[in-house]
Amino acid sequence: MAGTAVRGRLTWQVATVEAVRDEAPAVRTIELRAPDWAGHQAGQHLDVRLTAEDGYVAERSYSIASAPGEPVAITVERLEDGEVSPYLTEELRAGDEIEIRGPIGGYFVWDDSASGSPLLLAAGGSGVVPLRSILRHRARTGSTVPVRLLYSARSLPDVIYRTELDGYHDGVEVIFTLTRQQPPGWTGRIGRVSDAMLTEIAWPAGDATTAFVCGPTAFVESVAASLVRLGYPPPRVKTERFGGMGET
Amino acid sequence: MDELDGNAIGGLLEEIFGVDMTTATGTCASCGASGPVAEVVVYLCAPGTVARCRVCTAVLMVVVRRGEGSCVDLRGMAALAPAPA
Repeated sequence: MAGTAVRGRLTWQVATVEAVRDEAPAVRTIELRAPDWAGHQAGQHLDVRLTAEDGYVAERSYSIASAPGEPVAITVERLEDGEVSPYLTEELRAGDEIEIRGPIGGYFVWDDSASGSPLLLAAGGSGVVPLRSILRHRARTGSTVPVRLLYSARSLPDVIYRTELDGYHDGVEVIFTLTRQQPPGWTGRIGRVSDAMLTEIAWPAGDATTAFVCGPTAFVESVAASLVRLGYPPPRVKTERFGGMGET
Repeated sequence: MDELDGNAIGGLLEEIFGVDMTTATGTCASCGASGPVAEVVVYLCAPGTVARCRVCTAVLMVVVRRGEGSCVDLRGMAALAPAPA
């Protein structure tokens, strides 16, 4: 039945854009009102389906940016040759409707707020989106799990959720590394994530630490391999790859 | 072509199998490696999707959308077991 989501089944539903917010150049958060949304876990994604007037259909997956219990939101980075992201980041307005389905994925999910095991989050570019959901979930549940977020971005203006990330304390450490351009007087880290950087920043491998790594494919491959070299068991390194775009 | 991973076909596989398959364990028929479907190498090339083994690069799965349905070739998988509910 059109417009009716059966709980437990993945069906397309119409969501209304509640608000849009620019996060960084070519990056926009889209807050949705989705009456049939059954709720989600931190780290999951959803599919967006756009249908053109001539019937052409394009589907893309986007990580959910909001925490469980919050209204569904996605954060989308515009890809220059993209079919869907230019529309979502430039054309879409509050009140517009899009089709979504989800939540999707049970693998790249953090639902361990009750445990004391430290959490390592590593983001390349817009790979920070599902990790932001995890951070918000941690805060909303009053979890005391120690978290380190290592976030690799091209430059400071490219950092998504910067104000929010700067506001985290109490067991959350956010470490930026800027790969291409640093502002004058930058005292933070510079360059791509390396074994040496992870040796300093990652929790010791023995602490039952779980790592979540998300970003462009090359970033994820490199960081995940480094963590395994540092002694992290592969099953405790959860990965999600966004593809070759969005170099960090 | 973009190299993604099994997370990217979570929706497609759930549409076909009816449950989340990113946490399912797949076993490569070529090399015997096994691991979560989320970790396989995925190429999206609509209407077809190809999944390859991260260890030996053998084709594990091909999914082609046809109208309302999908054609699924699983010859490259020795086993595909959903995670216990």
